[in-house]
Amino acid sequence: MIVADRKPLREILKSIDEYRKVMLMGCGGCVTVCFSGGAKAVELLASQIKMARKKQGKDIEIIECTPERQCEYEFVEAFEAEVRSVDVVLSTACGVGVQTMAVKYPDTITVPALNTKFMGYPVEHGFWEEKCAGCGDCVLEWTGGLCPIARCAKKLLDGPCGGSVDGKCEVDKDTDCVWQLIYDRLKRLDKLDNLTVIREPKDWRTSTNAGQRKSKFEETML
Amino acid sequence: MKSASRLERVLTAGRFAVTAELGPPQNANPEVIRKKAQHFLGNVDGVNITDNQTAIVRMSSIAAAAIAISCGVEPVVQMVCRDRNRIAMQSDILGAAALGVKNILCLSGDHQKFGNHPEAANVFDLGSVQLIAMVKKMRDAKQFLCGDPIKEHEPRLFIGAVENPFADPFEFRVVRLAKKIKAGADFIQTQCVFDVDKFAKWMELVVKDGLHKKAYILAGLTPVRSARALHYMKDEVAGMSVPDKLIKRMESAEDPKEEGIRICLEMIERVRNIEGVSGIHLMPIGWESITPVILERAGLLPCPQVRG
Repeated sequence: MIVADRKPLREILKSIDEYRKVMLMGCGGCVTVCFSGGAKAVELLASQIKMARKKQGKDIEIIECTPERQCEYEFVEAFEAEVRSVDVVLSTACGVGVQTMAVKYPDTITVPALNTKFMGYPVEHGFWEEKCAGCGDCVLEWTGGLCPIARCAKKLLDGPCGGSVDGKCEVDKDTDCVWQLIYDRLKRLDKLDNLTVIREPKDWRTSTNAGQRKSKFEETML
Repeated sequence: MKSASRLERVLTAGRFAVTAELGPPQNANPEVIRKKAQHFLGNVDGVNITDNQTAIVRMSSIAAAAIAISCGVEPVVQMVCRDRNRIAMQSDILGAAALGVKNILCLSGDHQKFGNHPEAANVFDLGSVQLIAMVKKMRDAKQFLCGDPIKEHEPRLFIGAVENPFADPFEFRVVRLAKKIKAGADFIQTQCVFDVDKFAKWMELVVKDGLHKKAYILAGLTPVRSARALHYMKDEVAGMSVPDKLIKRMESAEDPKEEGIRICLEMIERVRNIEGVSGIHLMPIGWESITPVILERAGLLPCPQVRG
């Protein structure tokens, strides 16, 4: 899933400072699961904004809504009338949702209330870790299912580097060295031979280096 | 000969090699390099020029190497994967060779978090093993990484790599060394050895796998001037093993500088006698002037004469 954190309230307030009528649009997808942008988060943020604006002596009207997913036209289309009636849409979706709105409603300003961070999963309740960098050329087959592109600070394919100590990464003592984990897992699976292979330099064209990436599933195309 | 560098000639002649480290300045003054080069002239077989070590911006290692060459000192140019992609690296490899550089040391590079621009993007288009393989491909196959031919004047470089015998997982360190050698490393420079026992244990594994016959192993040694420096290494530098008894010895020394030199001399003696060690690499951090003193007292001067 996509994990996002809410921006600081001060930054959010500044981004909507000049507007009076605001639509606060959440998303029922990933950001609901990570608590930063679902209906509850929208409700909380709306009351925080109202309180802050009241303190500032500046009137504000907020319309709250949370489509099932903000990243698909069909779900945001349902709110067309409301969207057209406001000065700004404040989105608590990920960056994909914000852009869906920007394209669907080219005459309406949509600003983000979240910082979209990564693809990951909750390793414990309320705590997410990045697991996939979406590099477009998956290596998990030979790394024991653990990704060095997303989780090694140097994206090494022949790791670990010399800074791996006691299973931790030198860049952050609270982060496991993924190469230690890969080593341990491959040892357990009796596949340490995977680590003796010199890996070819990665073809980064499938990653974020060749412009916008696209994905096509022909069978479903109309 | 792969490069006919002095370092290669000394090592292939079976002589005990000595290299030392030179850190370029955080400014554009060539005099700093010229002055430091005087400590090394005629005293060592190669001078390692660091590439923005600990991710702190310094004069480029290749530019500093060119200045060192003009002083008669043979450089080992360090190249890290942190700041350049494969295009810039190959371009710099050609440039370095054109300037007369004959040795290159390939490293991943310290993460930018430790430097003075922690907010910088890092590159790591390649890792150190892939960089080694790329330099070898340019030299031996006369090809760029993409396979395009280097029609003439391919870069003739003696290829070095580093390994840290003290990082984890310990068992994997020898596997990784083997990988670097398989990729094309001609010589290996180790992380600073303070824990000679652990280093000896690692060397046993290296020798058991016959890796010392495939590449020359240089033991990294760092003379220190104070117990504080050892504490720093132990606590702040990841992947460093510093025995407590060494720290105690420095703490109780009346003349810590002299004690630091003595410890280094003892270590030189010990690593020289470990099977598979072909030389040493001295890394007196910010204390380059001590290099000739230590080498003199270790009986390693003058440098061996080797045919050019």
